[in-house]
Amino acid sequence: MGDTLNLLAGGLMEAMQPLNLGMIILGCVLGLLVGAMPGLGSVNGVAILLPITFLVPPNSAIIFLAAIYYGAMYGGAISSITLGIPGASTAVATVFDGRPLALAGKADKALTAAAMASFIGGTIAVVLFTLFAPPLAEFALRFGPPEEFTLMLLAFATFIGLGGDDIPKTIFSILIGLVLASIGLDIITGAPRLIFGDITGFMHGINFLVLAIGIYGIGEMLWTLEQTKGKVEVHNVKLSMKSIFKHIKDVKEYFGTATMGSVLGYFVGTLPAAGATPAALMSYGLAKTFSKEPDSFGKGNISGVAAPEAANNAASTGSMLPMLTLGIPGSPTTAILLGGMIIWGLRPGPLLFSEHPEFVWGLIGSLYIANLMALIINLVFIPFFVKILTLPFTILAPTIYILCVVGGYAPTQTMHDVWLMFLFGIVGYLMRKLDYPVAPAVLAIVLGPLAESSLRQSLLASQGNPMIFLERPITLTCILIALALVMMPTVQKMFRKYKRKAKQTEDS
Amino acid sequence: MTVRTAELVMAILLGLASIGLMTKSTELNITWILHRGPGAGAWPFWLSAGMLLCCLAIVIRWFLGITLESRNTELFMTRETVRIVGVSAGALLFLLSATYFIGLYLALMLFLLFYIKYIGRHNWTVTVGMTIGVPVFIFCLFEWALKIPLPKAITETWFYPLYELMY
Repeated sequence: MGDTLNLLAGGLMEAMQPLNLGMIILGCVLGLLVGAMPGLGSVNGVAILLPITFLVPPNSAIIFLAAIYYGAMYGGAISSITLGIPGASTAVATVFDGRPLALAGKADKALTAAAMASFIGGTIAVVLFTLFAPPLAEFALRFGPPEEFTLMLLAFATFIGLGGDDIPKTIFSILIGLVLASIGLDIITGAPRLIFGDITGFMHGINFLVLAIGIYGIGEMLWTLEQTKGKVEVHNVKLSMKSIFKHIKDVKEYFGTATMGSVLGYFVGTLPAAGATPAALMSYGLAKTFSKEPDSFGKGNISGVAAPEAANNAASTGSMLPMLTLGIPGSPTTAILLGGMIIWGLRPGPLLFSEHPEFVWGLIGSLYIANLMALIINLVFIPFFVKILTLPFTILAPTIYILCVVGGYAPTQTMHDVWLMFLFGIVGYLMRKLDYPVAPAVLAIVLGPLAESSLRQSLLASQGNPMIFLERPITLTCILIALALVMMPTVQKMFRKYKRKAKQTEDS
Repeated sequence: MTVRTAELVMAILLGLASIGLMTKSTELNITWILHRGPGAGAWPFWLSAGMLLCCLAIVIRWFLGITLESRNTELFMTRETVRIVGVSAGALLFLLSATYFIGLYLALMLFLLFYIKYIGRHNWTVTVGMTIGVPVFIFCLFEWALKIPLPKAITETWFYPLYELMY
């Protein structure tokens, strides 16, 4: 414990360095903006802005991106409350009570509650993160290639079991991400693979950013344009700094709900397929169940704003736990962060804690500071952010497209990648319209090379005997849990069918 | 096209793409090499085979009407969606194609001019401000700060005085 505190103190010092502090503030502001824009969330902001982080050293770059992640979780509530449109999918549940409050002229109360609950969620989660990360990383040091591979299998299985999307479409999404990751030179034999039409651009493989920016930049923008028809309106919002600060003391009304949501959100966030959106929805449901006035939910209960906001912030921190300690991202945003770390020459996973402690603890330290900064910036600039929301889409959309095009070009400096990104954007948009989940594909393209190398290394070590995955306790446990997760939707369906039948017989 | 038809068409197209990927993978060894495990082509081959199976499952579920999409007879793309999405996609296509001939910066300016003035119908102050401001910002950020040269095609010589200032 003493060690952890020492390391944390070092991390806080690192995060307080002028450059890092600047990155935290800039990241929080940009995150709040991105989060507040309808349709754009942390994943879009991180994907689009990752290429520009090459300006600063990796330590500061990850701090910047994590601050965007954090800020976006705060920002999502702003449009949920003032526009009635979730700023990001993570803030869907905030609309349920946020909008009725805004329509009743209490937008200031709702916005303050969202900010305060986000702060509670962030704080509780970052403390839990500090406590859990070092022991988990130490445990994960025992992992060899077979454990790594089965852990990834488990991450993919969570998408099937908990993702809630159509199963064949989810599996397709995972597989296509893995295939895209295998394009280029074979990692073991060096043979060129899947080089279509002998186009040399495929030789260096498909950078995960090309897929991420295509899907989360171009595809998402097309989707948002379709959904909003390019028109957004701010409803009935009367805001002043005074009224926002006046409502800070209301925190006692929802402190308990926010605390419960934070703990729940943190643990749900650590699961790869779950993340902030289901965490927020679950927290909302829980708050309603435990409330003394469940009927007031959906009509403007302040706890209905606090519960999901605390949970989505906590989940965003939670999703960083498996990314940093195991190298398995807990959300699409952390998948992109993980890809970024690989570009910077860092291998996420347990060794990161012993080989680059300044990096890990600098990041953890920055989470504490980013949480506080995001709260202050949010409270002070709420009226400004609400104004930004009225920015017409015909200005926002071309700016985002341009950032995507230039950002897609920057990593490899070939137009080939920009064309691929455009293609992924269009196909991703069409697939999304047909309910194909896109997050598993992004996670898979990031994990693809690691998954393949760990599988082949394991098989090389066992001289081609696949039993290696069943003979070790950790791998066997992972495989059994993965199987259970894959079977879960089918079992649930059968159970529901059985229950319905039983009810029918009872009725007749 | 209805959502129902689109669901089937997409599954068939993705299925064909999976077959294409499987065929391409067979250019390398896809078999099990004794004492070494799978060959270089095995990983993408079997993943693509899995993709094909998923597409088959989607088609079967379509026939059985299991998914929401397979029962949805609404239009996949309404006229308004085609207009709003098509214009954006078309403008992006122009931006990427024009980059080869007139360079990224000029293409960006034309793209912004079209989007902001023609689609957005903003006034000239906003249009000119954005049309000049965004490329200047991109230049400063990428070329100056990040030292990443962006494609300029025939406009390359226009930048020589700037390069002299920068380097």
